[in-house]
Amino acid sequence: MSGRMSPRARPVGTTPLSMAPPGALVTLVGINAGRGLVRRLSAMGLVPGTQLEVLRGNVAGPLMIRVKGSRIMLGRGIAMKILVAGRG
Amino acid sequence: MSDKKLTIALAGNPNSGKTTVFNAITGARQHVGNYPGVTVERKEGYCKFNDHEITVVDLPGTYSLTAHSLDELVARNFIVEERPDVVVAILDASNLERNLYLATQLIELEVPLVLDFNMSDVASSMGYRFDYDQLSALLGAPIARTVGHKGEGVDDLLRVAVEVATSDRPRDEHIVHYGRDIEREISKLEGLLAAEPSLEQYPARWLAVKLLESDQEIREKVVQRSANWEQILHQAEASINRLQKVYDDLPEVVIAEARYGFISGACEEAVRSTVEARHDLSDRIDTIITNRLLGLPIFVFLMWLVFQLTFKLGEPPMGWIETFFGWAGEQVAALVPAGYIQSLLVDGIIAGVGGVLVFLPNILLLFLAIAFLEDSGYMARAAFIMDRIMHKIGLHGKSFIPMLIGFGCNIPAIMATRTLENRRDRLVTILVNPLMSCGARLPVYILLTGAFFSPKAAGNIIFSLYMLGIALAIIMAKLFRKYLLPGPSTPFVMELPPYRLPTLRGLVIHMWERGWLYLKKAGTIILAISVIIWVLSTFPRQTTLEQNYEARIEAAADETLAASLEEELASKQLERSYAGRIGHLIAPALRPLGLGDWRIGTALFAGFGAKEVVVSTMGTLYSLGETDEESEGLRNALKENLNPLKAYVFMVFVLLYVPCMAAVAVIRRETNSWRWPLFVVFYTTALAWVASLVVYQGGLLLGLG
Repeated sequence: MSGRMSPRARPVGTTPLSMAPPGALVTLVGINAGRGLVRRLSAMGLVPGTQLEVLRGNVAGPLMIRVKGSRIMLGRGIAMKILVAGRG
Repeated sequence: MSDKKLTIALAGNPNSGKTTVFNAITGARQHVGNYPGVTVERKEGYCKFNDHEITVVDLPGTYSLTAHSLDELVARNFIVEERPDVVVAILDASNLERNLYLATQLIELEVPLVLDFNMSDVASSMGYRFDYDQLSALLGAPIARTVGHKGEGVDDLLRVAVEVATSDRPRDEHIVHYGRDIEREISKLEGLLAAEPSLEQYPARWLAVKLLESDQEIREKVVQRSANWEQILHQAEASINRLQKVYDDLPEVVIAEARYGFISGACEEAVRSTVEARHDLSDRIDTIITNRLLGLPIFVFLMWLVFQLTFKLGEPPMGWIETFFGWAGEQVAALVPAGYIQSLLVDGIIAGVGGVLVFLPNILLLFLAIAFLEDSGYMARAAFIMDRIMHKIGLHGKSFIPMLIGFGCNIPAIMATRTLENRRDRLVTILVNPLMSCGARLPVYILLTGAFFSPKAAGNIIFSLYMLGIALAIIMAKLFRKYLLPGPSTPFVMELPPYRLPTLRGLVIHMWERGWLYLKKAGTIILAISVIIWVLSTFPRQTTLEQNYEARIEAAADETLAASLEEELASKQLERSYAGRIGHLIAPALRPLGLGDWRIGTALFAGFGAKEVVVSTMGTLYSLGETDEESEGLRNALKENLNPLKAYVFMVFVLLYVPCMAAVAVIRRETNSWRWPLFVVFYTTALAWVASLVVYQGGLLLGLG
């Protein structure tokens, strides 16, 4: 019997950005990362409440998002630390 | 008429078009240096406007002014310490909100400020309409409009900047309001800070905000300068704790949020978007170029195109340069009487430097192509496409750009690693960069493949060497990342600029900046090496040998015999010279690789100066006088002494062993210690030896010898 694990339940509403499919419009809730990275990202416009649009992204590899009119590429590791909410 | 001197500093985000505005203002009157003690480039240019002699400083492109990155610190310290007469914030008007973030911090620094809405043409084509008067009032600074790449609006910008620089109208303060809680903590700190005369260089409010942001450098400054530092830091600690409780987030994040809040408030009032242009041209191009399936093939095709252009278009000018140096040698030989001086000038300096300058067309074309890829916005996409692959070796997409430049010349490539924020990433990228086969190694390949392989096979043979270099770079990067510089891979964030058609002026300036490094290398290090190699291969003198041969040459029955005797003499002289002795010394170590010939040892030794020199040294060693990689005589001489397998092993060795002295010197400068350059010399030589051994012995086993 090789049962597949059921996907772990996530807190309602927030998901890591890395899970958002291309085309998704989401709102940034928080960044779960070291201070340096949080500072860098907030300077680039990634502050709570900001709307993000996922432009490109796959199961692996980096993501391309639009934030405040600019295109930003995020490594997969970062995208997993960014929590977002909203429409998929 | 008295000329007044002014300094204008240009600040702005990366990709805001800051450099195009800088180029438009200053033209060719530019100077690139370094900020003292750090490897951040300091670009200065000059221009005249009305009665004013203006120095324009192009600050590093930054998103913010924290102490967190070297670039930001340099920009901020320049503004605070050197007090430019006016700071111009270059804003990409088509991406205004994000660009205004830096501007809010300049406002807080209370410097004389002008906001330049650059790329205003793109913004209006995207449907943005700005109420400039209102924006100017909201932001408390005059606004100018430019289209940097067309040079439009530059005069107007200068006029406004000079006006601000020469008026002593005080700036409106307290533009950004951070909300009651933060403002309360700011004013507590501000009160303490304003009472400190030792800190009056900085606006007190700005210092207070920086302390709330836990800015390391400002904390240190306070400790160093203020007698009351304990109370100040104590208050800062208390304020930070309080804010953290109130907002349940880092104060610096809340502050950033407030700045962005202020900006979007201002934009809501004064910016209108007439078209809902969500997906612009760049998006459409991106769907193809960064496509999961098409991205990589397009990238490979573009790289192939770059190399084709570089080498095909470079051929004719290479011929001209070669002809020129040949002619120059003849002229000097005719003017200067035969002897040491003539030999030094003709065989040493002209042949040595000429042999290197021949590659200038290739190098410039490659840099031109790279500048095109960068300025058009493609390079950032290439980093996006390559990220997955680079990730596997513990680096990320950004490291890929210096690698690509390395195919032209490792020196600008190693300098290009400055864009990598993380020290470990940067070091690994520097360490493996010499394995990218630079343009200087190409003449060696051309010579040897020309001699030993059919023209049809030659291309593939050379390609295999490039591939070998890349493969070994991947392996070494992985090893270094795992054992030498372990640590978590760094987060990768990078802005992807919109696609733009590069301007010719921008391309030429970028090409020239890098090409100049190569030229400088030819003018200094290679010149010196040429002289040293000449001395080593000319001395000590062999008086008896010379007399002996001279007698025989005079007695020779015809000219051909005399000429061949002369060649024989040159060869014998060289064998007994210092260079020859060094070659003999190295030879035993190279014997297992099938390269036990002392002449190869000597050529490789000379190649430490610059790898191109291997070709000209081989020419002298096989006693043929003037040679280049196309030389028929040298090819025949090589055929007598090597075989295809040995030739290939020789190329492998040249590819991998010690980078040239100029590269070693640059690694020393960029890493700030002798440890890494020495390590590079050691590991590349060991790698060259092992790889050559494997290829040679493997080849023998397969019966290729």
